[in-house]
Amino acid sequence: MDPRPRSFYFLAAFFALFLIFLYGPTLTIAILSFQGPQGGLTFPMNGVSLHWFGDLFREQAVGDIWGSFRRSFALGLLVMVTTIVVSVMGGLAFRRRFAGSTVLFYLIVTSLVIPSILISLGVGLIFTQSGLRIHWATSGYGAQLTWTLPFGLLIMLAVFNRFDPAYEEAARDLGASPWQTVRHVVLPIIAPSLIGVALFGFTLSYDEFARTLLTAGSYNTLPLEIFGMTTNVTTPVIFALGTMTTAFSLVVIGVFFSVLWLSGRRRVRQGSDAGKGMV
Amino acid sequence: MTDQAMPPTAAPEPGAIPVHGDRARHLSGWLLAAPLASVLAVFLVLPVVMIVIVSFWGATEFSIYPDFRWDNYEFLLTSEVTYRVFLNTFKYAAITWAFTLVIGFTIAYFLAFHIRTLGWQVALFLLCTIPFWTSNIIRMISWIPFLGRNGLANSTLVSWGVVDEPLEWLLFSDFSVILAFVHLYTLFMVVPIFNTMMRIDRSLLEAASDAGASGWQTLWHIVIPLTKPGIMIGTIFVVTLVMGDFITVRFMSGSQSANVGRLISNDIGLLQYPSASATAVVLLVTVLMVIGILLRFVDIRKEL
Repeated sequence: MDPRPRSFYFLAAFFALFLIFLYGPTLTIAILSFQGPQGGLTFPMNGVSLHWFGDLFREQAVGDIWGSFRRSFALGLLVMVTTIVVSVMGGLAFRRRFAGSTVLFYLIVTSLVIPSILISLGVGLIFTQSGLRIHWATSGYGAQLTWTLPFGLLIMLAVFNRFDPAYEEAARDLGASPWQTVRHVVLPIIAPSLIGVALFGFTLSYDEFARTLLTAGSYNTLPLEIFGMTTNVTTPVIFALGTMTTAFSLVVIGVFFSVLWLSGRRRVRQGSDAGKGMV
Repeated sequence: MTDQAMPPTAAPEPGAIPVHGDRARHLSGWLLAAPLASVLAVFLVLPVVMIVIVSFWGATEFSIYPDFRWDNYEFLLTSEVTYRVFLNTFKYAAITWAFTLVIGFTIAYFLAFHIRTLGWQVALFLLCTIPFWTSNIIRMISWIPFLGRNGLANSTLVSWGVVDEPLEWLLFSDFSVILAFVHLYTLFMVVPIFNTMMRIDRSLLEAASDAGASGWQTLWHIVIPLTKPGIMIGTIFVVTLVMGDFITVRFMSGSQSANVGRLISNDIGLLQYPSASATAVVLLVTVLMVIGILLRFVDIRKEL
């Protein structure tokens, strides 16, 4: 191998600084969340304790964080499943030009770039003016989909751009119906990228703030609850909560990547089932 | 004329399925796209239409009522505050864009051209993208112990003797707003730029160096032009996210600076939905115009 050019070391140092910039603040609050009971929002550490984590489990210290966590989790799952199904169908639709496909594509781009507050305001107005109840599982759910679906769909478009149609032709030549082709050929091939779509669907919903602000109704999701705390909580309990939710996000990301990695390994181990007859 | 004996067939697009007939094609396309189209119709198109309608309504202190009046727009467009706030919004977008572009490009360049194995590339790339899947609110809060009056940055600077007194402008200032924007949104530059860089044919770089180009010449004449689509996509993300933001500015400026998003959210807080809607319409038109200009430079579907 060639020796590394000098620019490599310069860029590597820059990259390291970038990572510190990216993760430093989060690590700082992770450390500060272990403040002693008398500790404040900044250094120095006033002893080390789990006091503030304990506070998360005491009802009077914080608001309804566990209720909002359950809602955020349920909503995340709901949005994730919808995002997967709708994105796959949309991705299949976009493989061929159909009347209106260009308009729909630009709508998706708009959905991605539109200032979130417009969605929040508009959906909120529609629900209140038509007398519907604003609720995280109805208006909040729809508002979040306008953020997760574009990501899901763009991933699917990228996947199908690289998809070899020869597999489907082979399936059809062997007498598979269109549904069988999708079920037994297309879906297994694109399955790993669906894990990616699921990751986007869940995490973007779980952390969504702006589009949920006016569409969640009287029961807050977790990001809304946390934001409410920033204005009236002045103890490290907010750092403890931040550390917990970040840790939870990291676990979720870890789970998705493990599933991806395991499915990749399974694929390699099983290899082709050609010549084994019907499976 | 031998080619006339052949039935006319359109060359299939790559990745396309053979066509059975126009009607069947449109029908299956519509059926598959129906869920997507309905979600966007109900939760994107309808809300925007509603905002446009409400922007002509009137409001009392407690309620809003249907009307057709231009007052909201008149008030908005004749107020000096509006222009100052829009200018401030553009300022945030421009400065954030410049920083995220330089940092994002450098990071992507390092990953794409200096890391030699795919495994390491993927690992380091993921390390850059993981924060995207965590909460923005928490990532904003994380700056407080760092930038505050008694925060890490100030105590370090004081103990090193760089400054005598803690700096006041580190937190709750334009500085902290832009710092937070750069922190939150640089990965929206890294990802598309890295994606386009990975598709650059490496033999072009070899050819440039064989032809005697210096590293800088290769960067300027080969890498940057070929990376433009990625830069454009990153730009679209960063500019729209910053222009539409209301929470970062409110939180990181300690409510001392304003952008258009905050103007809207303040009106919402006062239940002045019609004037919030009018501002929202002007913001949307502005953002779409910016995007319209940027989209002239890139075909998103080709870049996926």
